[in-house]
Amino acid sequence: MGTKVMKRVYLVLLFSFLYVPIAIMIAFSFNSEKSRTIFGGFSFRWYEQLFRDEMVLSALALSVFIAIVSAVLATLIGTMASVGINRMGRISRSVTLNISYIPILNPEIITGVSMMLLFVVAKNGLAGLAESDVGALAWLAKNLLGIPSLLITHITFNLPYVLFMVSPKLRQMDIRLYEAALDLGCNERQAFFKVVLPEIMPAIFSAFLICLTYSIDDFTISYFTAGNRQTLPIAIYAMTRRRVSPEINALSAIIFFVILAIILVANLRERRGAYKGGRILPAGK
Amino acid sequence: MYSRSKASASPYLIWMVLFTVLPLALVVYFAFTDQAGNPTLSNITALGGYAMVFVLSLALAAIATALCLVIAYPVSYLLSRLRAGQQGILLMLVMLPMWMNFLLRTYAWMSLLERNGLINRFLGLFGIGPFEMINTNGAIVLGMVYNFLPYMILPLYNAMLKIDKNVIEAAEDLGAGTLYKFSRVVLPLSKPGIRTGLIMVFVPSVSTFIISKMLGGGDTWLIGDLIEAQFLGNTYNYNLGSAMSLVLMVVVLLIMSVMGGFDSEDMEGVI
Repeated sequence: MGTKVMKRVYLVLLFSFLYVPIAIMIAFSFNSEKSRTIFGGFSFRWYEQLFRDEMVLSALALSVFIAIVSAVLATLIGTMASVGINRMGRISRSVTLNISYIPILNPEIITGVSMMLLFVVAKNGLAGLAESDVGALAWLAKNLLGIPSLLITHITFNLPYVLFMVSPKLRQMDIRLYEAALDLGCNERQAFFKVVLPEIMPAIFSAFLICLTYSIDDFTISYFTAGNRQTLPIAIYAMTRRRVSPEINALSAIIFFVILAIILVANLRERRGAYKGGRILPAGK
Repeated sequence: MYSRSKASASPYLIWMVLFTVLPLALVVYFAFTDQAGNPTLSNITALGGYAMVFVLSLALAAIATALCLVIAYPVSYLLSRLRAGQQGILLMLVMLPMWMNFLLRTYAWMSLLERNGLINRFLGLFGIGPFEMINTNGAIVLGMVYNFLPYMILPLYNAMLKIDKNVIEAAEDLGAGTLYKFSRVVLPLSKPGIRTGLIMVFVPSVSTFIISKMLGGGDTWLIGDLIEAQFLGNTYNYNLGSAMSLVLMVVVLLIMSVMGGFDSEDMEGVI
């Protein structure tokens, strides 16, 4: 069976291409030398250095903060929108969906620079409006580029994903369940919270997880809108610019194994049926 | 379904208009004004001087996209014909590297391709090389292929999964050879996946500025590097940068419309 061997070889080559660079990076994270090519011996030196690196730690903290806050808000606004568009007419619905495709289809760099323009214009406008250097407007002008702009950007690029994950579940839901709740004496509000929400909860939870990962992973858009703040990917970028920084290997290894663990757990839960909803796969671009 | 529910979409709509539509309108505004705010076409005409950068970006992205298609097509077909359990595991293995930040994935290739990097060292054992691999256009294409290959595999796989085994067997029963079976059955049925895959690889490739910076050594400029320099770099010209962004957007839109848009069903698993 020549073709069977060929198939095997082809798959082996593909997976080697995908994994050898990562495997080498992980191996070199245990290098006792600074070299990226000569393995001097086994050590945890770079891990220790990584955990003492102020820049990395504060960037990680900022990334986690932005991810959680933006994911909660995006999931909330996006879920409300999913309920809303189900009720819309054909035209307003297609307008909404088309607007939602913009951040998904636009190259990330365009999303990044366009939002940067908005924040710069808003910042200058606010500074012009503020009569003195004190007061809310002046404070906002000074602090807009940073945590506020990062939160706004991350909510913006995550919102459409929530809409596209939650609204199909609402459409699939049996409307008679909701009607039965009304017939049995629930008011609309109760019927929504007791019947509809539990039904779409898995999709909402998946959307929330997607938002978290996209937010933590984003470099390009944050790069333009972070002001002088550093999220984790921006800190990683700064490290690669310094070229020789073996800490980055240690960081890669940690990230790889954390992701592997999360995916294995998610898959196990899915297999047990506890975790339905959209398949979670990584961020685009 | 719920009486006041239409209104619950309004925060979303307001948000998207403020933070998606308005910023894009600003890009258009800045592209057609000078630094004092007067209308002008000089930003657009100035782009002529950067024509070679645009050509190079389009060419490298096209090569990378074509390579992805050639590499991914057989993989996707093989995956789609495996047993369900195997499919799940292999597909997860295809997507797993994508969860790592793409800066880290690109950095991994930096240390492999360097002049004293592992590849040159390995080749040196056999007396070959060293080769100048990093800071070349080839390294940039490699970076694009490595980073975006799964975006080609996934939509192709989704499209091929829908091809009924019986259809292929029918072609075989009716005497179709391997080539005929491929060109008349598999290829036409996988077209929606091809279109989606081409867009999903081409768009991030043509707009990257990181891959060219890290693997191209900073001497090779792509559209993304030009734009970045106008907004955060030392050239610092929002108006020119907006004009470049506008052209990039138009290029991307043109390519999407040439491809006939993409099938959102084939994006399944990505969104």
